[in-house]
Amino acid sequence: MSEVALVNNPNVGLDKTPKSGPYVNELTTLNLGPTHPATHGIFQNILTMDGETIVDAEQTVGYIHRAFEKIAERRPFYQITTLTDRMNYCSAPINNMGWHMTVEKLLGIEVPKRAQYIRVIMMEMARIADHIICNSILAVDTGALTGFLYVYQWREFIYEIYEELCGARLTTNMGRFGGMERDLSPVAIEKIKKLLAELPAALKEFESMVVRNRIFMDRTQNVGAISAERALNYGFTGPNLRATGVDYDVRSLNPYSSYEDFDFEIPVGTKGDTYDRFLVREEEMWQSLRIIQQAMDNLPEGSYHADAPHYYLPPKQEVYRNMEALIYHFKIVMGEIDAPVGEVYHSVEGGNGELGFYLVSDGGRTPYRLKFRRPGYIYYQAFPEMIKGSTLSDAIVTMSSMNVIAGELDT
Amino acid sequence: MENVSNQQIIDALQGQFGEESIYGIAESHGILQVTTEVEHIVPMLHFLYQHPVLKFQFLTDLAGIHFPEAKGQELGVIYHLHSLENNVRLWIKIYVPIENPVVPTVTGLYATANWMEREAFDFYGIIFEGHPNLIRILNVEDMDYHPMRKEYPLEDATRHDKIDELFGR
Repeated sequence: MSEVALVNNPNVGLDKTPKSGPYVNELTTLNLGPTHPATHGIFQNILTMDGETIVDAEQTVGYIHRAFEKIAERRPFYQITTLTDRMNYCSAPINNMGWHMTVEKLLGIEVPKRAQYIRVIMMEMARIADHIICNSILAVDTGALTGFLYVYQWREFIYEIYEELCGARLTTNMGRFGGMERDLSPVAIEKIKKLLAELPAALKEFESMVVRNRIFMDRTQNVGAISAERALNYGFTGPNLRATGVDYDVRSLNPYSSYEDFDFEIPVGTKGDTYDRFLVREEEMWQSLRIIQQAMDNLPEGSYHADAPHYYLPPKQEVYRNMEALIYHFKIVMGEIDAPVGEVYHSVEGGNGELGFYLVSDGGRTPYRLKFRRPGYIYYQAFPEMIKGSTLSDAIVTMSSMNVIAGELDT
Repeated sequence: MENVSNQQIIDALQGQFGEESIYGIAESHGILQVTTEVEHIVPMLHFLYQHPVLKFQFLTDLAGIHFPEAKGQELGVIYHLHSLENNVRLWIKIYVPIENPVVPTVTGLYATANWMEREAFDFYGIIFEGHPNLIRILNVEDMDYHPMRKEYPLEDATRHDKIDELFGR
């Protein structure tokens, strides 16, 4: 029986039980995780195996739960940005800016065009970094280490650009309410131009190594497939949903931060299998490069932050010389500023899908309730359904292509 | 894509369930929110799912919330619905008393509600009746309280550097 038929029939494993001998109808329980080198993070899957075929799976999550939603109820708004860093740490700037935009919505701050464009540039670079990680590690999981090394240096280079803007690399804490903490420096512009000029060659090299590779195609095609109906019912968003053929993208359906100014396409797949998820992410990187190019070409003049002294942290040199700046600095850092009463929901297209922030404010210095809609948490529950009837090695590849990030899963 | 206004959604819901069971109507940055009674929530989500025009077929999120001062309505559940075809969002809220926080499950309609409801149970102790596997999800299994309820303070009560009165808060 071919691999294709195995995937589509969840009960096929039961048909394969030996008809005679000591192991008749014997199912094995296999613990995949909590720490397993092939799952890239702390995930436990208790698999019920029939020979090599997975009959059932049960996930345990929460190994790195850090109670972010509870902590957020005690923290002033600025201090929550650092919590969002640690959700999907592969694309931290998207989380940071999604949170900033949520609070700006609550406060009613209008962000200048230049700041919006800088945000778009940083968010698209974060998306590229996120997809580089997912796709190159998927290639590693199928046995191709070289391509990973080719593209990973560009992820490193993107982190250098983050450093130019905010001084940090992984947990960036980038931006402020109302804009960015600093403008694009000449060095940063130089580096972004270098990225735009040289990343395409590396991406092409990676694709020429993997995309039409017979081994890679055999390992990923028809593996871990899900239909569009099931994916929507499971709340899939992002590349995993688009791989099934649904063109839902927050950037185009509910544009934020001036995404409506840019011309880009939304790639979709047809089958929703591992290969489609890989290809959708590859194409999204090309589209992100297009967006960054357009944003750099049309970067508006003007201020890189809004004129909102109550909420925008003043530059440090001002704090030492200027009385008002010192007062605002103190009030903002100590979290002495009350937010208006209200309820807002804002979502951005994160690396893995719709990253939503549901914020309830009772007029205090901290949120009354903050709920993170983490795409990874929501689509990971479909994992048992996607791997039933396949083999263990297919399960590893499926999980890798879904890009489940432990930090996002467990908050 | 048809243009569905929030008034259309209110009219459809009130036409189906009666005006007295749709209240707390408000709008937040274009997103309509309504409050309803617990017994209406499952029929209402089915109605919105199958409605030929509205087509609220995507459950974006499900959030629990705790209001200790609202007697008899302490715990709440907020359903974030999204009609992808019309690009309209809707929040439906229900409130239950903390002594008997029982809400019917919507896992029959949305597979994604499974873990969302487990999370709300884990953190708020809201019991989703009919849920296939209502156990804790992010916290340890032997925890005997629901940590996101407001009666559990976050920080050590012996700390003096964060007492609100000392800072005039």
